[in-house]
Amino acid sequence: MKTDFDWTPLALVPVLALIALPLTGSLSTWLTLTVAGLAMGMIIFIIASGLTLIFGLMDVLNFGHGVFIALGAFVASSVLGLMGDWTGSGELWRNLVAVFPAMLVAMLVAGAVGLAFERFIVRPVYGQHLKQILITMGGMIIGEELIKVIWGPAQIPLPLPEALRGSVFVADAAISKYRLLAVAVGLVVFGLLAWTLGRTKIGLLIRAGVQDREMVESLGYRIGRLFVGVFVVGSALAGLGGVMWGLFQQNLIPQMGAQVNVLIFIVIIIGGLGSTGGALIGALLVGLMTNYIGFLVPTLTQFASIFLMVAVLLWRPQGVYPVASSR
Amino acid sequence: MLKRLLSNDMPRSRVLALLLLAVLLGLAFAPFIFPGVKALSVAAKILVFIVLVASFDLLLGYTGIVSFAHTMFFGIGAYGIAISASRLGAGWDALFIGLGASLAVSLVLALAIGLFSLRVRAIFFAMITLAVASAFQTLASQLSDFTGGEDGLTFKLPELISPSFEFADEPFLGVSLDGRLLCYYLLFVAAVVLVLALLRIVNSPFGRVLQAIRENEFRAEAIGYRVVVYRTTAAVLSALFATLAGAMLAIWLRYNGPDTSLSFEIMVDVLLIVVIGGMGTIYGAALGAVLFVIAQSYLQDLLKLGSEAASGLPWLAALLSPDRWLLWLGVLFVLSVYYFPTGIVGKLRARALR
Repeated sequence: MKTDFDWTPLALVPVLALIALPLTGSLSTWLTLTVAGLAMGMIIFIIASGLTLIFGLMDVLNFGHGVFIALGAFVASSVLGLMGDWTGSGELWRNLVAVFPAMLVAMLVAGAVGLAFERFIVRPVYGQHLKQILITMGGMIIGEELIKVIWGPAQIPLPLPEALRGSVFVADAAISKYRLLAVAVGLVVFGLLAWTLGRTKIGLLIRAGVQDREMVESLGYRIGRLFVGVFVVGSALAGLGGVMWGLFQQNLIPQMGAQVNVLIFIVIIIGGLGSTGGALIGALLVGLMTNYIGFLVPTLTQFASIFLMVAVLLWRPQGVYPVASSR
Repeated sequence: MLKRLLSNDMPRSRVLALLLLAVLLGLAFAPFIFPGVKALSVAAKILVFIVLVASFDLLLGYTGIVSFAHTMFFGIGAYGIAISASRLGAGWDALFIGLGASLAVSLVLALAIGLFSLRVRAIFFAMITLAVASAFQTLASQLSDFTGGEDGLTFKLPELISPSFEFADEPFLGVSLDGRLLCYYLLFVAAVVLVLALLRIVNSPFGRVLQAIRENEFRAEAIGYRVVVYRTTAAVLSALFATLAGAMLAIWLRYNGPDTSLSFEIMVDVLLIVVIGGMGTIYGAALGAVLFVIAQSYLQDLLKLGSEAASGLPWLAALLSPDRWLLWLGVLFVLSVYYFPTGIVGKLRARALR
């Protein structure tokens, strides 16, 4: 990290927003779309952060990541269902008291399942990409079927708590309250990740272990355990992201994991396969692009993220912040 | 003669040879051995899947590339036939035009994706193809005046291979000689020819280079083979064969829709079959496809029995419900990646060597 920080990709987000300004017509529409896009991008970042962490640090491509997202969402729906009188009340603090335990339980469950997943599915195939893809796909199939066994194959509604519905008006622009919460949570996740990896001893050890595992082990640190910890944290983040995504969509299907998979892969490809900052930029770009295109050319909404990916890859074939690795 | 037909790639195991012979004869005489509409449809589906999975094996088993866009090419083939037959009417010319157009589209798409993303790491290719395939699926259901949208297209085929056509009044060996029978044998011949062609490709010098790339990309490049060119060629060939498999499916069903030929479930099925059958063997695709399609069509009845037997324990009954059969297949898949990385065929060949 001796080189100067590369600011160009960071400038992409405001540039994209400015390009959209004349196209959308009015300032208030543009503001609404931009805030909605940034909030959606934050939610996408939360679901993609776990994957980018696991891939960037452990070089494990987890195609089963989507299952943890679906798991988190379904667990949260059960928890919120138990706390009906808390979610139904109009007071904000009561609603938050209901949502945060749901997030916590979802993270704990997803983390615990991640621990088992790492032990039985991923551990035997470290360092073999082809087998990793196959095995984690298998894990994804099994996980999705188990979700169908537990929660049933049908769609489940996941309504937002009372006080988080509706919008706040800032200068004629409607900003839904839930999106503000999403931005807050996303910023907290990004801040914690950046701080842990960059400023703490554990982060130092993890980064050193990625660079030269044997050397760190010879100094007496158990890198194996640290890496399992990384996997668990990545899965827990997926669980948290699942709650956010589920509340954003307001209904859940067991196949949601597979659907979200495509989106998060696009995000981490744009970000440079394993860079946390890159994933944040990628997620924000995808969120903005989806909202702008959804407003301007609704038929092309589904392709917005693909266009974006192709454009970014033509500019930088390895993503915006390529993670330099000799592997 | 046989050696030439199989491109010198003999089964190399007595049990495997017997199994393959059984599959070949069973499919060749399926209408006469297993009478009934359902059985014939299962046999036809097996033929389609053999070609589809074998073409995926060229990519995954021989070149070591994971692609998630294989069903996209499968769908292009099926849509090519469907669109041209529903627009140009029920003639042979419509079939050939549809086939030619879909092959051209597949060629261009596979070439573009390959040149765009095969230069970087294999995982990259896997993710890009996943994204492209999902975009294509959306495109197919959105262009509804062209593709019939979610409902798909139902169309008519030339008289000769339509069920209404009868070329003999007397049934032969209890089977009525109609267009459906001719259509089945058209598929059968196509499947045999295509599988033999794939065997020819993988056993050619070109196929050997693909295996070298799979084993050690760096070394293959160092010897002087241009890895990108070989990989892209393999991706294109595999896509073309998948397109032909899609055309076979559309001809048999006389219908095509997004769920029939484009869904991600089919992609997952193909992946499961190739791994359980044996990667890098082509024969594994044939055996795996037979086992899989039969299981899909008949195993669910077995699970139903198990589920009813376990009705005293609700959670066990839920696990054994016929709708959850993919769960067990997934478990089998994970176990086979660990314990039989070479699949059924590899296992049989290893036993024959001992």
